Amino acid sequence: MAIRERLSGNEAVAYAMKQINPDVVAAFPITPSTEIPQYFSAYVANGEVNTEFIPVESEHSAMSACIGAQAAGGRAMTATSANGLALMWEMLYIASGARLPIVMACVNRALSGPINIHNDHSDSMGARDSGWIQLYSESSQEAYDNMLMAHRIAEHPDVLLPVMVCQDGFITSHAIENIELLEDEKVKEFVGEYKPAHYLLNKENPIAIGPLDHFTHYFEHKRQQAEAMRNAKKVILEVADEFYKLTGRKYGYFEEYKTDDAEVCIVVLNSTAGTAKFVVDKMREEGKKVGLVKPRVFRPFPAPEIAGALARFKAVAVMDKADSFNAAGGPLFTEITSAVLAHGATGPKFINYIYGLGGRDVKADDIEFIYNKLLEIAAPGKVDSIYNYIGVRE
Amino acid sequence: MAYNFKEVARKPERFTGGHRMCAGCGAPVVIRQILRALKPEDHAVISAATGCLEVSTFLYPYSAWKDSFIHSAFENAAATISGAEAAYNGMRRRGKLDQEGETKFIAFGGDGGTYDIGIQALSGAMERGHDMVYVCYDNGAYMNTGIQRSSATPMFADTTTSPVGRESQGKNQRKKDLTEIMVNHHIPYVAQTAAIGNLKDLYEKAEKAIYTKGPAFLNVLAPCPRGWRYEASDLMQINKLAVDTCFWPLYEVVEGKYTVNYKPKNKLPVVEFLKAQGRFRHLFKKGNEELLDMIQKEVDRRWERLLSLEASN
Repeated sequence: MAIRERLSGNEAVAYAMKQINPDVVAAFPITPSTEIPQYFSAYVANGEVNTEFIPVESEHSAMSACIGAQAAGGRAMTATSANGLALMWEMLYIASGARLPIVMACVNRALSGPINIHNDHSDSMGARDSGWIQLYSESSQEAYDNMLMAHRIAEHPDVLLPVMVCQDGFITSHAIENIELLEDEKVKEFVGEYKPAHYLLNKENPIAIGPLDHFTHYFEHKRQQAEAMRNAKKVILEVADEFYKLTGRKYGYFEEYKTDDAEVCIVVLNSTAGTAKFVVDKMREEGKKVGLVKPRVFRPFPAPEIAGALARFKAVAVMDKADSFNAAGGPLFTEITSAVLAHGATGPKFINYIYGLGGRDVKADDIEFIYNKLLEIAAPGKVDSIYNYIGVRE
Repeated sequence: MAYNFKEVARKPERFTGGHRMCAGCGAPVVIRQILRALKPEDHAVISAATGCLEVSTFLYPYSAWKDSFIHSAFENAAATISGAEAAYNGMRRRGKLDQEGETKFIAFGGDGGTYDIGIQALSGAMERGHDMVYVCYDNGAYMNTGIQRSSATPMFADTTTSPVGRESQGKNQRKKDLTEIMVNHHIPYVAQTAAIGNLKDLYEKAEKAIYTKGPAFLNVLAPCPRGWRYEASDLMQINKLAVDTCFWPLYEVVEGKYTVNYKPKNKLPVVEFLKAQGRFRHLFKKGNEELLDMIQKEVDRRWERLLSLEASN
């Protein structure tokens, strides 16, 4: 029987890490992810795990130590937020380039400057092209589940890529919610042992990692990395299927909520999807045909699948909790609209709303406003503004 | 066992020929000798900072390293190896590594990757107490990118970012004393050495560093023929002059106790070291005698200070 508990997102992630019991955890304090290494070091102090915990002097060294540990043959994990992720930037690319299946908990927080400790997605969105698989989580339950699935995806021989499990800082990381946990033994069996084919500590077959790679080979290596990301699409679904059989909780590339007969749809990541579901329910009672699509997998980007899912709506609003500062639209919006165009879905009209930067509250009213805007466009009306902001004084 | 150069030199090579370091470069001599101090039954995991050593010894698909090797970036050789060492401890505790002999962890970085951009990762790893050796091969500038000044560049050296010009006599600042910074981390073993004579000092310090439990730091002089501007065949002479002028004293600090390993009977004036190198040529122009005098005073001050630290053990 599953264990019923009440945990915050950070506790849920730390608990997953305890059950996974990796060989090495290297982390540095930063709000709001810092509770994760705090909980974890208590597990170490109490002998509940036998992991080597490295209290590094920076996030750059956290990722560097994870790279050293994973290359050595161990399972390595870390957690960070915002500027911590930014300080790791250089090493994120090296971790994925070296094909090291490290797993990171990213507790989303706004990037400086100006400094702000609250939630938006500017940190992980900035890292979207670093070669990491990115899984997003609406609740502490999803953060926990994604953590349990992360190693299986990362370590698959056709993938061998690092995974970042994202959840919203404070909103999810610090709010206590009901959660269903798996028994330790079930987690152990599901996650399995890490058995790399090649690793530094194998004395019988020493290896070298991280060469100078000229134009004679670099491109082939990057092409292989791109292929691994394509392979990840299949593996993510296979692992989700196995997880469903174990828990009854179903995961795919994205979740659709009340989309069957919907005319208009909002696409939004993480905790805001929870608020949007509340609004969908309310507006459905009023007879309005509104629905929601919540992407879980942002890297690899499920382009044909999401384009296919959105093709049937009359109007779609993509909500971005990060701005691209490109004078064109947020990262989720530009990614979705290019997928839609490339895959020939010409039906829906698309608009973009940037919301919630630096932790600005997004209220049910804001989301209802966007749905009403979409219904207006679907009427049919015309799109008067593609790239918009909501909840900001301007 | 007394040091026997011939026996040591006959040990199997762990750093093979065919790498692309320059003729007359001090670094490969240092690396080979340090790796000879490993027991044959022991395996090593080696990390290197980005720099000449890394780009010249591991060009895909060739590696000059017989042991396991990892390069990840410029500033993090110490952090990277600390992760590998932690994995070793974690995996051994779980019985995942059933291998004979021990695995030793050694990081190599140039002065740029150690004194400058890598000092934070180095300091962190040393303070955390990993069982590892960090070796800085100090050639006194960013040689890999084309001889830019570092905090290890000696005063008045001509480099591409501290060039001699109408208003400049080369680098205008003193050389950072990294060995002393590492001593002040209160780690079990810190030494400064160079490849001189039959390489005994270097070998013995490498052996102590590798087989001392806990963090150890070696600062090794590694002249660069391109940056220092000397003939490739003069490498060993340059090393000897650095030591005989006390520009680069050989000493070690074991659990805080200083030993100066070599006190030249005839301490040569520093100009003997300087005039052998093109990077100091401008100092020998008429009117620059004062600058030479400043360098001599600085060398003397640091040497006297070192002797007094040894005396006050």
